[in-house]
Amino acid sequence: MASLFSGKSPGPATDTPLKDADSHLAVRVRALTKTFSIGRRGVDKLLALKAVDVDARSGEMLMIVGPSGCGKTTLLSIVAGTLSFDSGEINVFGHKLHQMSSSAVTAFRARSIGFIFQSFNLIPTLTCAENVSVPLLINGLGRQEAEKKAEEMLERVGLGGRGGERPNFLSGGQQQRVAIARALVHEPRLVICDEPTSALDSQTGATVMELLRTAARKPGRAVLIVTHDNRAYKYADRIVEMEDGKVQRVYEDARDIAGY
Amino acid sequence: MLFGDRPKYIMLICGLTFAALLMTQQTSVFCGLMIWTTSTIRNVRAKIWVVDPKVEQVNEVRPLRDTDVNRVRSVHGVAWALPLYSGMVQAKQIDGTFQNVMLMGLDSATLAGRPARMLRGSIEDLRLPNTVVIDAYGVEKLSKGHARMLDIGDVFEINDKEARIVGICLAERAFTGAPYVYTTYDKALTYAPRQRKMLSFVIVEPIPGADPAAVARQISADTGLRTFTEDEFFWSTIWWYVYNTGIPISFGTTIALGFIVGVGVSGQTFYTFILENLRHLGALKAMGASNWTLIQMVVLQAFTVGLLGYGIGVGLAALFGYMVLDKGQPPFYMPMQLLVFTLVVIVLICAISALLAIRKVMKLDAAVVFRG
Repeated sequence: MASLFSGKSPGPATDTPLKDADSHLAVRVRALTKTFSIGRRGVDKLLALKAVDVDARSGEMLMIVGPSGCGKTTLLSIVAGTLSFDSGEINVFGHKLHQMSSSAVTAFRARSIGFIFQSFNLIPTLTCAENVSVPLLINGLGRQEAEKKAEEMLERVGLGGRGGERPNFLSGGQQQRVAIARALVHEPRLVICDEPTSALDSQTGATVMELLRTAARKPGRAVLIVTHDNRAYKYADRIVEMEDGKVQRVYEDARDIAGY
Repeated sequence: MLFGDRPKYIMLICGLTFAALLMTQQTSVFCGLMIWTTSTIRNVRAKIWVVDPKVEQVNEVRPLRDTDVNRVRSVHGVAWALPLYSGMVQAKQIDGTFQNVMLMGLDSATLAGRPARMLRGSIEDLRLPNTVVIDAYGVEKLSKGHARMLDIGDVFEINDKEARIVGICLAERAFTGAPYVYTTYDKALTYAPRQRKMLSFVIVEPIPGADPAAVARQISADTGLRTFTEDEFFWSTIWWYVYNTGIPISFGTTIALGFIVGVGVSGQTFYTFILENLRHLGALKAMGASNWTLIQMVVLQAFTVGLLGYGIGVGLAALFGYMVLDKGQPPFYMPMQLLVFTLVVIVLICAISALLAIRKVMKLDAAVVFRG
């Protein structure tokens, strides 16, 4: 796999810094609308996001919560640049995703976004170190150097010396820590997390959230988390509550939300 | 990814190995069989063959008149022209059993068309009365029922006439499975059942420096007989068998089966592998791997198993050939072009498998990783 990813690094994405007044913003979403075609023939439409406005500040951990089907995962997918949208503006650390080409968004994702998934999505046939090194390889780093950095990252998430093991031999919590190492190894500016603690027990979930909060505290970085897990609310700097495809309320203090 | 999924990896290699083995082995036997049809041409090694105008291949004899030899000799550019008898006759062994043999009657003065290699005895002894030279395969076939293998001095009968063995030679195996028995042209006419015309071929040597093809055309023009250069007769014989027998269809069916099995097994296994790993591929896509990178991954994996399957399959076919060549059955000929052919087919199988997977990868939405 290394040779496949060892090509030229993706070129810089369109750099359009935010205006001075907004420079503390990591993510700025304005009037975002997304419709899905549903049904067999795709003629029926489902309005998943209705003119959503969301801001995420640099250095903060922003949580997006709400009932199932409220559009939070759709919002996360669009901010991550993995899903197209109908209208609106998305600005991620100065990069206007709505004006970028598909290949530029792909290159931007590779360089600037780290992903943590609900079901970890570690490749079972690769070792932990190989899994962690994947984003580095995608960015064109050599295999040896990538695996060295991966081992260092695994050390930082408390899995030093486990790099040679296959993910299936690790517990759920350990697998999620490998996923966190993979998400952070290439020093992304935005970390996207989809239900990072839902498959974990409370103690392991707490460890994972601590790791993510530490990651978010780094200057020039933001962590966006979609979760149902109210045990995780206390780690958030702010919480965005969604319902029926709209932002219902933004909690500046996480303690204000019901279920804290 | 694929190399870590051992069961699918092994399944793919097994499928492609089977396809490569089936195609290479069957095509080699087919080529061997086709080569056998030209054994008389390769045994006689004449530069020009003169035959009846309706003859298309070496195993199909329509006799010429004996005077045709002199007509050919009179053509400009001919150094020498000699009669050759070739025909299937029955040899009766001491125990009364019969065996078909390919009787070759050579010009008694020159013995042109003689076997390339004598194992024992002397070809010159054919000038003695009632004498024959048999090939090594003939020794094996005509010795059946005997306490020992036939040897020089032993006798059997052809058409109720005594045939005394004065030599044993090495000859290419005939398509009919009959061993070669050499004698002089005159004696061949006494061994073979009598017909109005008995001359099978006129074999010709052009004068030094003359183009055999040009001399052949001249003979045809002057005598009205059909002529072939050695190479033309070789290919004319092979194409005759291709067009006029069911052999290519029979082998072609097996080869097509190998292709279908290869596509079926590898295509289905590879596609299933991609389906099972869609989430991981989606994760890679989300992490910024481009379609091109994922396509390279798919192609690399498909062609790696393809080349491994090809190597093992061709190796097994070669091993089969090595084992049967000693026995001489079934015929086996594996030219370099055949290896290229199998490689191209295996590459085609891999390309089809990879295309199915690539189509899926191209359509894969990176957002699939966020769906439950």
